[in-house]
Amino acid sequence: MSTPVTADVLTVSPPAASRRRARGWWGRVARLADSTPATVGAALILVWVVVAALAPLLAPYAPNSNDLAALASTTPSRAHWLGTDHLGRDILSRIVWGARPVLVIAPLAVLGATALGSLLGLAAGYKRGWIDLVVTRSCDIVLSFPVIILYMIILTHFGSSAWNIVGVLTLTKAPIIARIVRGLTLELREREYVAAAKMRGESSLYIMLVEILPNARGPLIVDMCLRTGYNIIIIGVLGFLGIGLPPPDPDWGGMVKDTYGMMMVWPHMALFPCAAISSLVVGFNLLAVGLREIGLRD
Amino acid sequence: MTDRLLELQDLSIAYHGLRRRRGETRVVRGLDLTLHAGEALGLVGESGCGKSTVALSIVRYLGRAGRIVGGRILFEGRDLATVDEATLRGIRGRRIAMVYQDPMASLNPVMTVGRQLMEVPMIHDRAGAAAARARALAMLGEVKLADPEAVMERYPHQLSGGQQQRIVIAMALIAEPALLIMDEPTTGLDVTVEAAVLNLVRELRRRIDSAILFISHNLATVAGVCDRIGVMYRGELVEDGPVRRIFSDPRHPYTRGLLDCLPTLGRDKRQAPLVPIPGQLEPPHVRASGCGFAGRCADVEAGRCTTRPIPLAAFDGEATHRVACVRAAELPVYARRRGDGAVSARPAAAAPVVATEHLGKVYESRRLLGRRRRSVRALSDVDLAAGRRQTLAIVGESGCGKSTLAKVLAGIETATEGRVSLDGAEVGRLGVDARGRELKRKLQMVFQNPDSTLNPSHTVGYTIGRALRRLRDRAPGDLAGGVARLLEVVRLSPEMAARMPRQLSGGEKQRVAIARALAGDPDVVVADEPVSALDVSVQAAIINLLTELQAAHGTTLVFISHDLSVVRYLADHVAVMYLGTVAELGPVERVFAPPCHPYTEALLAAVPAADPDRHGPRIVLEGPLPRPDERPRGCPFATRCPRRVGAVCDDTPPPVQRLADGHRIACHIPADELARLQASLVMIGAS
Repeated sequence: MSTPVTADVLTVSPPAASRRRARGWWGRVARLADSTPATVGAALILVWVVVAALAPLLAPYAPNSNDLAALASTTPSRAHWLGTDHLGRDILSRIVWGARPVLVIAPLAVLGATALGSLLGLAAGYKRGWIDLVVTRSCDIVLSFPVIILYMIILTHFGSSAWNIVGVLTLTKAPIIARIVRGLTLELREREYVAAAKMRGESSLYIMLVEILPNARGPLIVDMCLRTGYNIIIIGVLGFLGIGLPPPDPDWGGMVKDTYGMMMVWPHMALFPCAAISSLVVGFNLLAVGLREIGLRD
Repeated sequence: MTDRLLELQDLSIAYHGLRRRRGETRVVRGLDLTLHAGEALGLVGESGCGKSTVALSIVRYLGRAGRIVGGRILFEGRDLATVDEATLRGIRGRRIAMVYQDPMASLNPVMTVGRQLMEVPMIHDRAGAAAARARALAMLGEVKLADPEAVMERYPHQLSGGQQQRIVIAMALIAEPALLIMDEPTTGLDVTVEAAVLNLVRELRRRIDSAILFISHNLATVAGVCDRIGVMYRGELVEDGPVRRIFSDPRHPYTRGLLDCLPTLGRDKRQAPLVPIPGQLEPPHVRASGCGFAGRCADVEAGRCTTRPIPLAAFDGEATHRVACVRAAELPVYARRRGDGAVSARPAAAAPVVATEHLGKVYESRRLLGRRRRSVRALSDVDLAAGRRQTLAIVGESGCGKSTLAKVLAGIETATEGRVSLDGAEVGRLGVDARGRELKRKLQMVFQNPDSTLNPSHTVGYTIGRALRRLRDRAPGDLAGGVARLLEVVRLSPEMAARMPRQLSGGEKQRVAIARALAGDPDVVVADEPVSALDVSVQAAIINLLTELQAAHGTTLVFISHDLSVVRYLADHVAVMYLGTVAELGPVERVFAPPCHPYTEALLAAVPAADPDRHGPRIVLEGPLPRPDERPRGCPFATRCPRRVGAVCDDTPPPVQRLADGHRIACHIPADELARLQASLVMIGAS
């Protein structure tokens, strides 16, 4: 063989591509700043996370302590910034403490649903055949059930505890994730790198988890954010229906339930917890919008 | 025809990041270009050179990220860079029309094409429905669509790709625009369809006085349709002139480079190896102080070329031929360069490493509950063989079964009839999961699409390392060295191992894919259209790489392609496939010369010649491939064959005529008769 013709084509890629992309986790977090919705959303969530973490320091009163003197005037005052409820409990303190269960249960349930849903969706989309049939039909059955009734049945039967709520949320949200992942898998399984993996004899599990799943993460992360927001609403609804976290510990939905009857007289008792729920949900929604925006640019 | 229709004066365009925070990147710099009424100008350059941006800027379709930062776009006396939106709306579609690359994306899938065509005169000229319909029908006749009345009622998905592109062209021309912009209108179409569309454009030019701005990455495509050619590099025009001047006396080294790396039907790897342009397109934000091409130019002269910007200047006192090169006058007369022969002799015939015997593949779709079954025959009775160190090319239009054949060889699909032997072992019924590691190692594949061949979530090093571990049983500790060696084999620097696929160019991705396929030191590499998604300049380098690797490792290469020029250059043997059957098989120089199968003849005639004077009468295949479930009973090609002899073609499968050197033609016409009929078939560019 004589001198290779392409010997001089030792290509070196432009530094540009790597220049723009900061490496690692910090780089990814920093890129959130590129998108206004993501920045606002992340800030809202961060505020609530800090509040929940520092609850013992931030809350002016113990969440369940009654200030009978305040019952004379429950409206916001210098002693009780957001007023007290009908039992004389400080609403600000209860909201601060109430952030804790929400910020634990909602993300845990999303993680559970994502793990379960991803596995089901991957198997259905990659294996096809009867697995696909069983998975999609079971998902359809779960999704076609009126969820509120399902929650009431399960939680009244097993009792409502934090773990049980995580459990029902996982079960009812997993089908949605499974559908999303199945759809993505159906597309990704036809990619040439999957064929290349088969050609070197990789197992199905490897192909599903290492070749396909990482490429589904973009839409999946966006969806996880949205889903966390929805879960927060559902936790609120469960509290409102009286099948949420057992009293007397503060729970935003429960606070609304206890006081909405007095809405005409003392609207602040229900409105402030509602505002807390909304702000957190809006935070997760904005983050999802922003993540999608960033994802689209890649 | 001296009135200036479109004048770009000192046009500069920039893109910015999402929040304008990262500043702007100039992608077009100080472009001066004039288009006269009725003239056709070809704008040529590698991807990323800014040619599409120029086209989009003319109608101000740059989107939110793009901005015209300087200069003027004078169209019929108005500066389109500054006119208000309302005026612009009146110009778009009516005075300037565009045809894009993907026809399916330009057509509305839920409207009949007739309605879409009628909309144009109804909106722009406020024509009544009846008048619009008459004009639409006339236009469909102009673009040579058979049975316009029926076509009007169809939806886009009911038409073939070539028909769709004709509709898009008809839609663009129906308003009788003064300027028609065509952005890569034939890229992604089959050779035969491309030839038909180019033929149509040539013919329309005689009857319609619209000026055309034709954008392409391939000089051969524009050669036949344009009066003048402009060559762009890194956002600047480096040369423009009359088409014959550009081809006979190119003065810019970049233009010469583009011509040098173009495979044509007259070239093969033994006589005239391709010369790729060294290096690669630098990103637009890296600003050179002098000539933008200096870094890749073979004729660069330190000092003169790199100190100050090189203006576009009339060459040799002729205002029509402009070159941006300080050495333009010093360069010798252009002669096509030839690389040093990487391959000396044709490999001796040897026992086949990979062979198929009466191979057939039928796809069956069945409903889960219903009993209805539909079967589609993708391959039938395919007999092929390739020996060590040989390249067997498989050509044909899309739908001819060539990719199915690749999949069966690779085990991604399994054969339903016949045999596939790999180094003596029967593998036709073995899916890839059923093949042992040794068989997997022996045959590997290079895929078509550079964007989907590498997993975007894994680094280059991981991808190659994983292949080494699976196919070579390499211990994880030893991987880095193996990866680096493989990267060197495909002429990439070892630092590339840490890169993610999105940080690589298309050519680099394809090199990594080749390295991955070579990880197990395979005996056979099946390459499914490995270069068809790449720019011509990159394509040449990849083709050369494949040739060298084959020479060095003795690999058998099964090369699947629709590009006959590339096949002529690279292959030792060719199989021409049509509707899942082999129409012709033999050594490349025999297959590509008379006598050949009428289908081969049509394919050869469809190849665009890189020569403005060589586009004489051509055979243009009309009509689409028959639907796979309506296979003709006789010769599969009978429905489109220009040399059909009669009922025998429709009723009787053609006999296989065996000629010298293992050359086989499946045709009813005797070989010497074919040779006589095809005597006028001169190999394009064979001189």
